[in-house]
Amino acid sequence: MAAADILAVRDLAVAFASDAGLAQVLDRVNLTIRRGEVMGLVGESGCGKSTLARAVLGVLPENAARIGGGRVMFDGEDLLRIGPEEMSDRVRGRRITFIPQDPYGSFNPLFSVGDQVMEIMRWKSKRRPEGERGYPRARRAADRAEAIELLRQVQIPEPEAALSKLPHEFSGGQRQRLMIAMALLPQPDLIIADEPTTALDVTIQAQILRLLRKLVKGRGISVLFTTHDMGTAHEICDRITVLYAGQEMETAPVDAFFVRPAHQYTARLLDSLPNPDREIREIGGEIPRLIDPPQGCRFHPRCAAATDICRSQRPDERAVAAGHVVRCHHPHEGARHAA
Amino acid sequence: MPTVAGLVAIVFVVSHIIPSDPAALVAGEAATPEQIAAVRKKLGFDQPMHVQLGAYFWKLMQGDMGNSLFTTRPVWDDLSGRLPATIELTLAAMAVSTLVGVPLGVVAALRRNTWLDHAVRVITVGGLAVASFWLAILLQLLFSMELGWAPLNARLQGFPPPAVTGLLTIDALIAGNLGVLGKALAHLALPTITLAVPGLATLVRFTRAGVLDVLQSGFVQYQRAMGIPWRVIVWKYVLRNALVSTVTQIGLLFGILLAGAVVVETVFDWPGIGNYAFNAIFSSDYNAIVGFTLWAGTVFILVNLLVDLAHSAIDPREARS
Repeated sequence: MAAADILAVRDLAVAFASDAGLAQVLDRVNLTIRRGEVMGLVGESGCGKSTLARAVLGVLPENAARIGGGRVMFDGEDLLRIGPEEMSDRVRGRRITFIPQDPYGSFNPLFSVGDQVMEIMRWKSKRRPEGERGYPRARRAADRAEAIELLRQVQIPEPEAALSKLPHEFSGGQRQRLMIAMALLPQPDLIIADEPTTALDVTIQAQILRLLRKLVKGRGISVLFTTHDMGTAHEICDRITVLYAGQEMETAPVDAFFVRPAHQYTARLLDSLPNPDREIREIGGEIPRLIDPPQGCRFHPRCAAATDICRSQRPDERAVAAGHVVRCHHPHEGARHAA
Repeated sequence: MPTVAGLVAIVFVVSHIIPSDPAALVAGEAATPEQIAAVRKKLGFDQPMHVQLGAYFWKLMQGDMGNSLFTTRPVWDDLSGRLPATIELTLAAMAVSTLVGVPLGVVAALRRNTWLDHAVRVITVGGLAVASFWLAILLQLLFSMELGWAPLNARLQGFPPPAVTGLLTIDALIAGNLGVLGKALAHLALPTITLAVPGLATLVRFTRAGVLDVLQSGFVQYQRAMGIPWRVIVWKYVLRNALVSTVTQIGLLFGILLAGAVVVETVFDWPGIGNYAFNAIFSSDYNAIVGFTLWAGTVFILVNLLVDLAHSAIDPREARS
């Protein structure tokens, strides 16, 4: 990986054991995030976005998930080779933090917001010396002051009083602001945001997205942002990787992604969005079963341009422009439409 | 209060309907029918039921629970003399059930489907299935007769520590007399274990189910994703959520303990209220039976009050609403 990259996922394969068999959820996936950029990981439900996010965090379900190979290079270190204890202590919450999809269920209802914010600070604050078990008064006071300041920055009214409130006393939007603050507090290098606006009202979504983008850009923090919503991706991301049935199809800067999609799947995906100028065109066909997935390019059963090679061989990466990479035997030509 | 009054009325009526004649027992074997009738009249048993009940409530409101037919002393004196023994036993059983049952339930949930979980399940199912009197006899055989570790039965007698609470173990502790404390504990051990086992088994099962449920929730996954130490997530956060339903169970458990005390105290000859109630029922000692009911009902209601308080301590949402 280049020094400019904070995260490089290489050929990552993950399968899930189920009663029906082994589901190949991620098939040799590649993903690169540069330092300070917001990388969107988009795709339909079940395409493996959340699995990829969890694999990076090291929180795949222990009994069901099988990592079949690959590397997750984070700042020069393969996270798959770090033991679970060390991963939890040194990486999670400290260098990589997390914003969950559901701001309602992600707070423990029986503990004040302050308890839960300060639990993170107790273990993950930059002030904590290696291996400290207690929580000295001086550090607690400094951590608390920092938390209150950050609550102010995510626009929680009366941040000091907010700490003693219970989670249910906040609206969904406020809770997600709190989650953003909690992800920023340890001053991480990378934030993994797993569909963080999906549970919110549309009007709140835009506010939260702008706030998150402003705060991470101001701090130079990189973000892996998963979403199934193209509008959300367009709003917040610098670059986008699109995932289909556990294979990455295309990676492009956000403008090129929407204006000149090169992969057949991306083009069809964008055509399926509501557009006032024309009717919605469905992709047709169904998402493949991952227990017995199609060979070659997993999109070929639904692809109008598919040929024999698509059925037998997964395409290699092909650069169609600077920073624009596609894995398709028959890339789409030319601009789709004006942005 | 209306609950207790209703309970007293029901038990009063039921105990009087039972076809037995305490007057004959009181009058003695050699008594003539005329003598028995005289005793019956003296005790008021010849009156209609509602008159007897009314009279009982009237006296009760003046703080008089009547006299026991057989000890001939006021029921209140009998009960209060035996209260400390029962309270000590039930509290000890409660403590053992909770302090062993809850952690065992948590560990069983965390080690789900391992040999440990299976072992705990076998023990708890066994604990629920086994009859108290049989378990008591087994314990007596093993620990008293074979090993000689614990006295066979009865509470510590002889030289009690200065009475402060009436609970021998606590009083010995207050007096700083460790020798007596040890002996009191030895006497307490077997009845406590016998009484605690069914409740302990119930608590293990409830706690295990509760913890497994909470482990699935979003906030546990969130804290794990943020790298909070697993022991902190489990023992500080998950346990508190699981305790919400466990505490309710502890309240219900007290009813099981009160009923169990009757059996356990009888088997171990423990000089408590359960023992007293057992004898009272066998001799149709009306006032003593109703007096025991009154006591048990009041305690049960008080315990449920405590459960409500504990709920608001555990769940701050209840405290604020």
